[in-house]
Amino acid sequence: MNREELQAMAQAELDQQQKFRCRILVCMSTPCISSGATAVQEALVEALKAGQLEAEVETVATGCLGPCSRGPLITIKAEGKADVIYENVSSDMAKGLVDKHFKAVSVPALDKNILPSDIPFFTKQMQIVLADSGAIDPEKLEPYVARGGYTALAHALREMSPEEVCQEITKSGLRGRGGAGFPSGLKWDMVRKAAGEKKYVVANGDEGDPGAYMDRTLMESDPHRVLEGMAIAGYAVGAEQGYIYVRGEYPLAGKRLEKAIRQAERKGLLGNRILESPFNFRIDIRMGAGAFVCGEETALMQSVMGRRGQPMPRPPYPAHKGLWQSPTLLNNVETFGNIAAIITKGAAWYASFGTETTKGSKIFALAGKVNNTGLIEVPIGITLREIVYDIGGGIPGGKAFKAAQTGGPSGGCIPAQFMDVPIDYESLGKLGSIMGSGGLIVMDETSCIPDVAKFFMEFCTDESCGKCGPCRGGTVQMLRMLEKITDGTADKDTIPRLEELCLMVKEASLCGLGQTCPNPIYSTLRYFRDEYEAHIMDHHCPAGVCTFSKKL
Amino acid sequence: MSEVVTLTIDDKMVSALPTKSVLAAAKDAGIDIPTLCCLDGLTDRGGCRLCLIEVKGNPKLMASCVTQVQEGMAVMTQTERVQKYRKMMVELLLAERNHICAACVMNGQCELQSMAAKLGVDHVRYDYICPSLPMDASHERNVKDPNRCILCARCVRVCDEVEGAHCLDMMGRGAQCNVITGMNQLWGQAKSCTSCGKCVQVCPTGALFKKGTTVSEMQKQQDFLIWILDGRDKKIWHWAR
Repeated sequence: MNREELQAMAQAELDQQQKFRCRILVCMSTPCISSGATAVQEALVEALKAGQLEAEVETVATGCLGPCSRGPLITIKAEGKADVIYENVSSDMAKGLVDKHFKAVSVPALDKNILPSDIPFFTKQMQIVLADSGAIDPEKLEPYVARGGYTALAHALREMSPEEVCQEITKSGLRGRGGAGFPSGLKWDMVRKAAGEKKYVVANGDEGDPGAYMDRTLMESDPHRVLEGMAIAGYAVGAEQGYIYVRGEYPLAGKRLEKAIRQAERKGLLGNRILESPFNFRIDIRMGAGAFVCGEETALMQSVMGRRGQPMPRPPYPAHKGLWQSPTLLNNVETFGNIAAIITKGAAWYASFGTETTKGSKIFALAGKVNNTGLIEVPIGITLREIVYDIGGGIPGGKAFKAAQTGGPSGGCIPAQFMDVPIDYESLGKLGSIMGSGGLIVMDETSCIPDVAKFFMEFCTDESCGKCGPCRGGTVQMLRMLEKITDGTADKDTIPRLEELCLMVKEASLCGLGQTCPNPIYSTLRYFRDEYEAHIMDHHCPAGVCTFSKKL
Repeated sequence: MSEVVTLTIDDKMVSALPTKSVLAAAKDAGIDIPTLCCLDGLTDRGGCRLCLIEVKGNPKLMASCVTQVQEGMAVMTQTERVQKYRKMMVELLLAERNHICAACVMNGQCELQSMAAKLGVDHVRYDYICPSLPMDASHERNVKDPNRCILCARCVRVCDEVEGAHCLDMMGRGAQCNVITGMNQLWGQAKSCTSCGKCVQVCPTGALFKKGTTVSEMQKQQDFLIWILDGRDKKIWHWAR
């Protein structure tokens, strides 16, 4: 396939879509499927058939729309009318929906299920990576191409040198979305300049933070965007082989990526002589086996090579010696999701969003005690208050906001007094938390902070790989101390000892998992020390969560 | 002759080949850096973290076994911070499994025990976890007692890298890590074991020992590794008198 054929494919798909008067988009990402979207889609198709509307109305299975707790979600796009989104759709509503929208029958019972599309949840977002999520069928290539897909790859291959691609990424100010925020352009340039016959590109889709599902949604809802980003990266650094490491718990993402790779290969968008250029690039999938530590880059590479997924000491860095001792570019899938947009719309456009140090947008998985939970993509520099009260729609029951946990088990808690700080890598770091991969858990006054810290430490204890002593033994002991605090058997020396141990594990551990696992304790001790002290000194849990085995 | 780099370790001028690790350079210069997982002749692992050092200009601590020497590097091996952390790490190791020296075959020769003594660990401030792990005495000559294991993986490495059998490996995650034989079989039934006994000799504690030894009787010799590897280097395949 060449560029003209790509444009022809896009046009053909657009013509095809024009044939239908209306389209019903049914969200088919994991959260909606688990609440019954498959049955809804079947019922809609049946109802359209019964009303003899199949020729006029198309049902499309799309990716994620965002407000996942309200699923199954459907969008009705009728010609000449505003889009209508329905929440909590069930299959017995199908007939009513068809009657109401295509037969002009009034069905007032459906009004309560309408989700207004002008609520801040939608209007405050800025979608770059998720722009096509919820609008296209992720299992097909044509809809992605129709929305301008793979033109960035074609543009890079034709009109840009690898060096220029790297420069463009550097200029855009894009930083690694996996959590650490390393400037992506710099990393690409390092791999490009590294000496080595063979080079590799690896996408890290092993997100394991509790409550976070940004990468899953991206891989499920828009797999071609990730593939395109990786292919551009392969061209920029001089690699011919790419791997996507997909978390073992994401079978649907693996299935859709597999399908997408085959589709792209068949059309010459991946494989040999991509778009009739001399550039070859193949992508293979590696499914993980459920270890959180495999999200750490060195452990991930071990796992890709078929070895035990344990971190290796750095240096050498993957950019110099990665997979099979070759230079390897390792980025998060969300980072790759940004690439096509940067190449198409330009670095200056991308750099116009965000703060001074961090550009663009970031996907967060908003969870916990907020009215609208789900997946959001917001411009960097937004405040926590906007996320919680505007996009999140506030806290249920009008309870008070206590803290927001960002960055999963490697992050920390941000208390209420910092709600107006613009979010970027630096500001979160200053507050003792991290941006992380994008998990954002909101806690209200009924959450007990030591209990939350204990939850994350339990997670880290389970997920420590066991290679280095500080993390393996330290997490167990930190968990024990937190257990004592939350069941009232701790003594007054526990806090200083816990702090000392936290610092040791942080500074002495081998990999990022160990070095950051004390963060949830560290940051909560900084802002909520009084709660810990109340547990120890007064045998009292201010939030009323902990029950004490020993009475005073 | 490749070039040599010069660095200071604890204010002492040291020169070393650029491929050497700080740990090796220090050892050559007679400076002692504590370690439990490193052993001459095996690949470096960076797992025990006892060999942590401070390098001037770098706020991070580095494991000296996997840090290469660099020209002009200023290494401090005995700062207050690393000494404190080393002590804590040995405490964690002692608390992790079952290290009751008085009933151990290695009492008096144990590397963990002497490390604790050297670093001045006189008590353990953490809870003893003491998991009850099954021993394996099914092998004709050797016994495996995971309760004494510190998961340094010396046995795994020697079995793979020197003997080439790869009978031993690590299974599980975190505190549930364990050294297994064969496909997690009893040692006596693991067909890949060549009964060479190298694993027993390199084990720093009483986790692997010869059958028939009792308290304090087990003596281990680790210099055989150097002989083997030196012979390999010189291509001496047959030893003649």
